[in-house]
Amino acid sequence: MTLIGDRQQLSYIAAQAADARVNVELETEGMTLNIGPQHPATHGTLRIIARLDGEQVVWAEPSAGYMHRGYEKLTEVRTFPQVTALVNRIDWLGSFANEVPFILAAEKLMGVEATPRAQHIRTILFELSRIANVSLFLGDLGVQLGAVTPVFFAFRDREYVLNLIEAATGGRFHPNFDRIGGLKDDLPAGFIDETRSVMKKLRNFCDEIENLLFGNEIFQSRTRGIGVIPKEVALQYGLSGANLRASGVDWDLRRDQKIAMAWDKADWKVITHPDGDSFARCWVRLQEVRESTRIVDQLLDTIPGGPVMVKVPKIIKVPEGEAWVSTENPLGEMGYYVVSKNDQGPFRVKIRSASFNNISIVPWLLKGVYVPDIITILASLYFILGDIDR
Amino acid sequence: MGVFPLSPADTTEAPRDERRETELGAILGALGGNVADSLLKPNDDIWVRVTTESWRSSIETIRSLGYAYFCFLSAIDWMPSPFGKGENDPTQPAPERDNSIVQGYTGGATRFQLLVRLVMPGSTSGVNIKCDVPDDSMTVESLVPVFAGANWHERETWEMFGINFAGHPDLRHMYLPQDFEGFPLRKDFPLLARIVKPWPGIVDVEPLPGDENEEESEQS
Amino acid sequence: MHALLASDVPYWAQSLLRVLGGLVAVLLPAGTVVYLFLFKMMSFMQSRLGPMEAGPYGSLQLFAEVGKWLQKEDIHPARADKFLFKIAPLVVLASTFLLVVVVPFGPDAWFTNFEAGIFYALAVSSVSVLGILIAGWASANKYSLLGGLRAAGQLVAYELPMVLAVIGVVIQAGTMNLQEIVVAQNAGSMFGWDGLGNPYLLTQFVGFAVFMIAVQAELTQTPFDMPIAESELVSGYMTEYSGFRFLIFFIAEFATAGVFSMIAAVLFLGGWGVPFSWFGWTSLGDIDNWMNIVGPLILFTKMIVLTFLIMWVRFSYPRFREDQLQGFAWKVLIPVSLVNIMVTAILKVAF
Repeated sequence: MTLIGDRQQLSYIAAQAADARVNVELETEGMTLNIGPQHPATHGTLRIIARLDGEQVVWAEPSAGYMHRGYEKLTEVRTFPQVTALVNRIDWLGSFANEVPFILAAEKLMGVEATPRAQHIRTILFELSRIANVSLFLGDLGVQLGAVTPVFFAFRDREYVLNLIEAATGGRFHPNFDRIGGLKDDLPAGFIDETRSVMKKLRNFCDEIENLLFGNEIFQSRTRGIGVIPKEVALQYGLSGANLRASGVDWDLRRDQKIAMAWDKADWKVITHPDGDSFARCWVRLQEVRESTRIVDQLLDTIPGGPVMVKVPKIIKVPEGEAWVSTENPLGEMGYYVVSKNDQGPFRVKIRSASFNNISIVPWLLKGVYVPDIITILASLYFILGDIDR
Repeated sequence: MGVFPLSPADTTEAPRDERRETELGAILGALGGNVADSLLKPNDDIWVRVTTESWRSSIETIRSLGYAYFCFLSAIDWMPSPFGKGENDPTQPAPERDNSIVQGYTGGATRFQLLVRLVMPGSTSGVNIKCDVPDDSMTVESLVPVFAGANWHERETWEMFGINFAGHPDLRHMYLPQDFEGFPLRKDFPLLARIVKPWPGIVDVEPLPGDENEEESEQS
Repeated sequence: MHALLASDVPYWAQSLLRVLGGLVAVLLPAGTVVYLFLFKMMSFMQSRLGPMEAGPYGSLQLFAEVGKWLQKEDIHPARADKFLFKIAPLVVLASTFLLVVVVPFGPDAWFTNFEAGIFYALAVSSVSVLGILIAGWASANKYSLLGGLRAAGQLVAYELPMVLAVIGVVIQAGTMNLQEIVVAQNAGSMFGWDGLGNPYLLTQFVGFAVFMIAVQAELTQTPFDMPIAESELVSGYMTEYSGFRFLIFFIAEFATAGVFSMIAAVLFLGGWGVPFSWFGWTSLGDIDNWMNIVGPLILFTKMIVLTFLIMWVRFSYPRFREDQLQGFAWKVLIPVSLVNIMVTAILKVAF
């Protein structure tokens, strides 16, 4: 399978697109449409160079890097506890979930395990981040398809979740709450009851979105059969998360991985869909929010007592070694390959973010679709720019 | 307060991981002489280092064993940074640092090593595959014919480390401007912000819950 | 109005009054639609309050917005065709004014009583396509161009179902004069019972549905808003416009929504009239003069109801794709309206 046509065509298009002048002539061979980096559909600053024949895409190539912050380099000049403040900003909608795999990797290298209570609370906050993240996706999905109303419902209900995260961690977007050996603090008073009522609201929100969007014929005709990713291709490109499960791969790291988190303490399902199209991806995400609310509800019932932090030295030195830990983040598999040289800071951190792989399939996927479908497919793949560019 | 293990090497039990042992055995058997070194950490992960010449074919072999999920590809620069963590005052002469190159798990002989992680879909049986990058040519075979998803990862690795991938269809800059010079993730690429202004954060510690009374004693 | 004024008002004053009347007939619906639906109803549907600060319940927000737009600089892209770029919004707005000319507001309150009124209305409604095409072309922007081309394709496709939907009404009324269509509805009776007149909504409900869908597409409102498609084409043909030229597009969009709703009300809901049997009228000549005041209010109310429908759909639905939209027009709406015409014609002959 070739990704991109011949080099010559590519350089021609790149040169043409890099040319900032407006190109108005409609040549017979088509038109280059430059979507982004500033465009309502790009969730940030992704740029897609698409070669059009009428409304049909002949060739498309995403161009990332408008938000590259060099976190892999920056981690090398920081201590282990400080890295969480950086990785928070990778997927900025589900920040807490970014910290967890890094901290788990560091704990693995140190041979420390967080207390059961800390693991439990980590899992709850992790799932809350997922809910906050994916509920925004569900609203945004409507906007990408032209329905303006769902996004306001999404923002309304996401606010409840963000309030919970803020109550527990002190930060709405960037909690920076996870520590090697546990958590910074225990849960605040009243958190459990409040969370229960919010989970009820979120389930209502899911029903609302399902009625408003997923049952809509226009929505279905716009998403069903559009952007189909077969299972083999998905695996080859390293797609993960809901994108992979929507292609019929029954794989969820939360279930399949033995990891120091509390997912195995709850009864929940891994949602898959056989179709692999845009609708399947959106539908899987919707169901996952429901499952997440169930996980949170069950974990709230069984939070064990005890401290939230084990004894760790004040100045943390991580022993020499290499560790890979990945978790099922809202966007997909997020992992950190941490190399330590018995130092206060990591020697090298490879951040494997989900969106990077998820978006790398775009040139393959966008061939032959219509311009409006670019937007649907991108929305259904669900990327966050910080997660691509890191 | 419960007691949880802190010591890194808990050798009392000597755990065995039979699942990973079988998996590693299968991989080593299939690769044959292409394996340079391998490591199994029980209940953790598998590392395999293959020879540079057999890079693509080894990956293909491992893929045919069922490791069909391409997780990531990256590289590691094993040379310690000549700039440390940027905590030193630039006006003072740089402190002596041990700049010897020491490779991590499964050893190696070169400054740069490629690292790929493949996973068996539907499980967590993964394998980290490394290979040396020749210091002189800095070229390895591209994995794009095996895993289409390696395209962007190789572009990123090429951009950040300067490792060439023979047979890559489209080795262009990904994040940086097309005329950017240098390879930012190499250890000898200075992080200028830290060079011009040293950063005291390296000794920054925050109080942890439950140790207010011990603050003075541990500060020393 | 015209008939009343003709006797005792000089020509210049008549003209002035007509210009004022036209402005009121275009701007008042536009303002009402924007405030009631775009600001308030949309906000309530989206569980928010909408503008609340300017005036009671934000009712003066519209003036603030207009003021804001008027203050903005009138810019145009460097490589745009300046003359066409500047004239495009005016062409679109002109189409709205041309449309409102044939709408009857009362027994004597009309701008012009045109024998082929509905024919004329459908013809001039296409003028806005020209404006949109001009805007899309002259902006020198690929998004605008795509938007303009989409608009052209879409408006041409939906012109046809709209015409066909109207034909049913024309057959039933036996006239193309909008005033006479109103009279025919209000003076009519259903199976001998004339308590409600005979609004064509009941007999021509298929035509009404097709007409409203076509109106939705003509107005490029949401299920059919590909020409604007803010998530794909940024803002389509309006991308490069700012300041008062954008304002003109904006007014034209909502004024046309109002005017089309008025035409739909005239065609299907009995227009300005009340069932004549309530007051013992039988024809246009019997109607009391106060209907010239009450009639516009009745029409306005019906217009609000119909624009509510348009906006309701607009705020709840996602957007079609261009090819799906064309398929919907050619494969669903046109056959349905053709069948409707056939059935209407057969029934007309039979009864």
